[in-house]
Amino acid sequence: MSRVIALEADDHVQGPRDAGLVLIEYGDFECPYCGEEYAEIKAAQQAMGDALCFAFRHFPLRQAHPHAERAAEFSEAAATIGRFWEMHDLLYENQQALDERSLTGYARQLGLDEALIQSAMNGDFAARVQKNFSGGVRNGVNGTPCLFLNGRRYDGASDTASLLQLFGEVAAR
Amino acid sequence: MPTPSAAMPAAGQPAPDFNLPATPDQRLSLTQLRGKPVVLVFYPADWSPVCGDQIGLYNELLSEFARYDAQIVGISVDGAWCHAAFARDRHLHFPLLADFEPKGEVSRRYGVYEASNGVSERALFVLDGEGIVRWSYVSPIGINPGADGILDALDALPGKSGRTP
Repeated sequence: MSRVIALEADDHVQGPRDAGLVLIEYGDFECPYCGEEYAEIKAAQQAMGDALCFAFRHFPLRQAHPHAERAAEFSEAAATIGRFWEMHDLLYENQQALDERSLTGYARQLGLDEALIQSAMNGDFAARVQKNFSGGVRNGVNGTPCLFLNGRRYDGASDTASLLQLFGEVAAR
Repeated sequence: MPTPSAAMPAAGQPAPDFNLPATPDQRLSLTQLRGKPVVLVFYPADWSPVCGDQIGLYNELLSEFARYDAQIVGISVDGAWCHAAFARDRHLHFPLLADFEPKGEVSRRYGVYEASNGVSERALFVLDGEGIVRWSYVSPIGINPGADGILDALDALPGKSGRTP
């Protein structure tokens, strides 16, 4: 039932936007499965280099994960000074510590100033996160992590080896 | 003798009424929900991982459903105490009805009872405020159908969300 989706101008991407393989993840920083997927995708990215474009969109499951929403908002605050991916990685590498005090610490570590941190604490980036979430629901996201490869939802195995095999098959089409 | 399985009510047909336990001491009937769109979510079982994700996803979307003034209701063959424990554990904020006695009778009436395993299929129905089926979908039992189909169906209801069907 999911839709075919495309990169949007405000997506956070790693790799060339015109790569032959575009992987979009809808993820939640507090979701343990997303934490596992983080390492799998990172390894796949290293193997693929510029052949792969990877984009991350927010899908915080707020009822299940009380820190997920604020963590997502902090990553958006970091994005305003060009540090989205550093924050993305920090959050996934520290999933056990996502309370506001920890988030503030990561923000300072990445050079966000106090005004920007306060802005994140005030919820100024909530609308940006919600836009991803609502769009995800419409796109057929049914849980996290949810992957779309070249626009289509991918429900198969998503460990690095499976992803690399999949990329090879799709690239050969 | 269990009720034989009926055919699924098609779009445009009235949804079969039911009156099932929503908690160990309260019941909910479909007619009580008349006047607002209803999303019926039949699912195989509390606690199973895929259901958990699906039910958990809908729990995250209650504000989206509220924009349509729609009431979402889960139905499985689990008993009311099981539902109560599941809802408490997952912080669920919508009713789960127990199609427990006679087992699966409502699921059969909706044509979505899987007799071989004794559980409801993973089926979605969107009803309008008059209790008429407007959309339905049966998902493969291991696949979480997400919510996009439900929201599209709610969008298509006349007079909802300012859109025309």
